[in-house]
Amino acid sequence: MTCVIVDYGSGNLHSAQKSFERMSREINGPRIVVSGDADVVAGAERIVLPGVGAFADCQAGLMAVDGMVDALRERVQAGTPFMGICVGMQLLATRGLEFGETSGLDWIAGDVTALRPSDETLKVPHMGWNELRLNRSHVLFEGVEQGAHAYFVHSFHMAPADEADVIATVDYGEPVTACVGRDNIVGTQFHPEKSQKTGLTVIGNFLRWAP
Amino acid sequence: MLKTRIIPCLDVKDGRVVKGVNFKGLVDAGDPVEAAIAYDAAGADELCFLDIAATLENRGTMFDVVRRTAEACFMPLTVGGGVRSALDVRALLLAGADKVSFNSAAVANPDCINEAANKFGAQCIVVAVDAKTVAPGEWQIFTHGGTRPTGIDAVEFARDMVSRGAGEILLTSMDKDGTKSGYNLPLTRAISNAVDVPVIASGGVGTLDHLVEGVTEGGANAVLAASIFHFGTYTIGEAKAHMAAAGIPMRLT
Repeated sequence: MTCVIVDYGSGNLHSAQKSFERMSREINGPRIVVSGDADVVAGAERIVLPGVGAFADCQAGLMAVDGMVDALRERVQAGTPFMGICVGMQLLATRGLEFGETSGLDWIAGDVTALRPSDETLKVPHMGWNELRLNRSHVLFEGVEQGAHAYFVHSFHMAPADEADVIATVDYGEPVTACVGRDNIVGTQFHPEKSQKTGLTVIGNFLRWAP
Repeated sequence: MLKTRIIPCLDVKDGRVVKGVNFKGLVDAGDPVEAAIAYDAAGADELCFLDIAATLENRGTMFDVVRRTAEACFMPLTVGGGVRSALDVRALLLAGADKVSFNSAAVANPDCINEAANKFGAQCIVVAVDAKTVAPGEWQIFTHGGTRPTGIDAVEFARDMVSRGAGEILLTSMDKDGTKSGYNLPLTRAISNAVDVPVIASGGVGTLDHLVEGVTEGGANAVLAASIFHFGTYTIGEAKAHMAAAGIPMRLT
């Protein structure tokens, strides 16, 4: 069993790798592999797509890896558990509206738009610890309490077209999408690899998840 | 609701914490990784490492510290000191830093902020603003540990840095740093009002009320302190409880 963390030139791969390794050891889970090779992803039993920076940059980085998007799509259609983190989650959307319009993977219909809190005292980026509001139960949040804190750092957010795809939100002047999910796909706007115990619990749940 | 952050800052030189860290449960008081683990367990919201003798030959030591910290602590880490270019940012991010802080390079070559923010996103680019009072209600940027004036207005500088892509301002009052007499609140308020990105207040904390004032009067989104935590004067938990009691939203778990 391997869980592949996709390396496409974006993201804090070291932190992500270490947190997944730590939880995999605890639960006797899959081997964690960091790879930018589409063939490795094609054989993955679990896939994590991290992402830090701008939507368009990340999308371009992902497209630039030969065969990667096809490999990801094939695995996800075959039912492989998939988790996107931060911009890796935003890439699941139909399109991103950061610096012009960029197409996303369109696995979860919706747009990625700029955070513009109506309360002018709220700063952007939305940076720090915020309380998760779980809209519905999901394996990813087993053992995570309503109101648990997760670490966020982002200026854009995803607005799914179908409310049912929103698993959790946080309040930042308005409800901001914190976690999306559909079938075997999940995505977190927060950084589980930086969210101490809550984040590690989410990672462990993902590594055990059998959708 | 977003919580106000408490950020302990460790000065690191040649891979060791300068002045050491002296609180319970620490095996090696001079090892930054040990200190990071202790702060992680204590519930700090973020950590900040400042490489105070960042020379070319010592860079490897800092990368090693960052790498080992990221293996043991699953919390946000900002690293500063000697950061000059997008290449430095990339190397630190790859080692496991989440945010990278520019200081004198941002004064000498402001374009490096545009370049780094374009490449890695504003969310990981911090600009450390070191300011000194030159007249009442007027503050200027000083470099070289507060010894060299630049003639640059601090508020204008902060605005410029944000327009270039800085995602956060780490504001240190050079007048107050080390005095334990509290943050420079008018300066903190002026910068906080001038920019729409988060501001971290730094320099001068001696009591828990100082942390509260930094937020309520200074308008800071996060408070940074070093010695009051390192020497065990107050724990992170005490600081959070005190701030929460003053009505500031804190992460208490």
